[in-house]
Amino acid sequence: MESTTRQFSQNARDALANAPLQSALGKMESGFVANRASAAGRLLEFEALRDQARDIKNHTLENLDFYLEKFEENVIASGGVVHWAATAGDARQIVLDICRSVDAKTVTKGKSMIAEEIGLNEFLEANEIEPVETDLGEYIIQLRHETPSHIIAPAIHVVKDQVIETFKESHAQFDPNRSLEEPRELLDEARSVLRQRFFDADVGITGANFLIAETGSTVIVTNEGNGDLTQTLPKIHVVVASLEKVVPTLEDASAILRVLARSATGQEFSSYTTFSNGPRRAEDPDGPEQFHVVLLDNGRSKLLGTESQEVLRCIRCGACMNHCPVYGAIGGHAYGWVYPGPIGSVITPTLIGVDEARDLPNASTFCGRCEEVCPMRIPLPKLMRHHRETAFAEKLTPATERAGLSVWAFFAQRPALYRMATGMAMRVLGAFGRRRGKFTRLPGASGWTAHRDFPAPPGKTFQQQWSARGGRRKAGQ
Amino acid sequence: MNAARDAVLGRIRQGLGRTGPVDEIRRAELDARLKNHKRGIIPDRSNREPKALVDLFVEMAEKVQTTVARVTAPEDVPDALGDYLAQHNLGSDVRMAPDERLEDIPWASRPTLTVTRGSSAGDDEVSVTAALAGIAETGTLMLHSGPASPTTLNFLPDDHVVVLRASQITGAYEDGWDRLRAAGAMPRAVNFITGPSRSGDIEQTLMLGAHGPRRLHIILIEDV
Repeated sequence: MESTTRQFSQNARDALANAPLQSALGKMESGFVANRASAAGRLLEFEALRDQARDIKNHTLENLDFYLEKFEENVIASGGVVHWAATAGDARQIVLDICRSVDAKTVTKGKSMIAEEIGLNEFLEANEIEPVETDLGEYIIQLRHETPSHIIAPAIHVVKDQVIETFKESHAQFDPNRSLEEPRELLDEARSVLRQRFFDADVGITGANFLIAETGSTVIVTNEGNGDLTQTLPKIHVVVASLEKVVPTLEDASAILRVLARSATGQEFSSYTTFSNGPRRAEDPDGPEQFHVVLLDNGRSKLLGTESQEVLRCIRCGACMNHCPVYGAIGGHAYGWVYPGPIGSVITPTLIGVDEARDLPNASTFCGRCEEVCPMRIPLPKLMRHHRETAFAEKLTPATERAGLSVWAFFAQRPALYRMATGMAMRVLGAFGRRRGKFTRLPGASGWTAHRDFPAPPGKTFQQQWSARGGRRKAGQ
Repeated sequence: MNAARDAVLGRIRQGLGRTGPVDEIRRAELDARLKNHKRGIIPDRSNREPKALVDLFVEMAEKVQTTVARVTAPEDVPDALGDYLAQHNLGSDVRMAPDERLEDIPWASRPTLTVTRGSSAGDDEVSVTAALAGIAETGTLMLHSGPASPTTLNFLPDDHVVVLRASQITGAYEDGWDRLRAAGAMPRAVNFITGPSRSGDIEQTLMLGAHGPRRLHIILIEDV
């Protein structure tokens, strides 16, 4: 997928001015956030399960080559094929070759972020194969020629009226005056249109939430049942998955599954959790005749042994973005690449470069809510800070920012001067702001005051107040 | 693609500070970990006596809009199915898994039922299947593919009816894996099903009946 991450600040401004988007994002707090809190609260062991999930993935990553080889061995033993893809381009080509081997005209797709990452749809279209997204949200945005703006709710930025408009335009076979006012009617229409597509497809492509080394299974976790129809009905099932999805055993997958749905949608368990092992057996009445797994690296292996290794624990639940004030204000498209929200701010620079994605690690208030809810306990703020440091060290930050930091550093390294300068600034601001208690305009701070008032400081610095209240003595005890 | 495989594995090993595969001692430990199937934390909520476990299963299943009819014996199942079909104005044709676990049920005792057996090609309104287990902790059904249990029956019909026995209900997913391993080789597909299909993709409004069944009904034979 092409990135527009360089235009992040313009993207963000556009998003803030986008009324339907703002209305759609407004529902997140009462939906995902409340549901996750309630699901986590109902399970006594939830926090311990998060620790355990983190430990399982850490163990797996430390032995990743061993588990990937085991996984491959067991896929082959169950009659499937594993294809290793070092880059997005390799993965696309492998999928295309498989499609061409059966002269495929259409492929159905279950929801897959890896397919987004490798730009699979555009590539298949360019090669005259029609990809049909079957997840309702993915289907809506495919018709609207958009990309997902959330990793588990791809059409979260779209409001109902826009869906009605899109369906009326795209489904010309139906009465133009039919009623589509109820979400139920929209869902039924999508169901009826897509049902035949499931049967007609030559190849079904899904992603994977887990790969199981012990059995060679691939796992999908869904609610709609589209992923299961996608992988059961066509002749060929292709799984596209990145290599960090592997876990050792069925027990390990079960353990992590206990935190996945609860963190994502707040469900105790998703409607369908499906483990797939190879093609149909000789005596099976249904199922695909071929089973392929495309294992994608695309830059992940080089994260091992670095600060960023921890992002490879991510299970793509979306909790970090659901709880992020920045994501909640601007939505997913502003981030400019496949993965939005805090996890995107951490992953995107590692996969497409700190230079290209320089703004993303700054798209954070460092409130820490993402880390607080991450089921895999990924220290997202720490990793964003790490990217900021890298950008600074590589001189990728703009000159004004660097100059500002140098000025601050000059004072910060001279405590007496720092105390004097900040003390003076506080006295001046305190005196000028005393009457109204706030500034509506402040020279040099228009970036702040253009949007909100700047509260007037009380006239003393934090350090002065701290010491006046005996803070220093306490700290020394 | 062996070049890609070698390159990827090489980079992984380099990142992990190794020049080749894990050493013999490590390999033995990891092989043992794979074979032991060690369980992690099992939520205490499913740590109950069999009868209470059945109640938990039903409670959790109903929370996700599965409907449950509790009957006392296999002989009651045909009527329970007939009543369900009548209640939802469904026809009398059902597509049934050719499953021996359904064979002790006297289907002919409800003469209006028309039972055919096999997989689904998409034109069946109602399917009837057995299951491998019911998982109480989340009200989840565990089904697996095989000659007697076509996967298409779980996803294509609008109504999926599952005949489950209380003795099949167990606490945790891990119990299900033990049962499956005891039954033999890993089947092509294992389906954990928790309620009917659903979507929240339009303005986060929950709607049942997305691409899979619109309704999921369990006829539970209380044999414990």
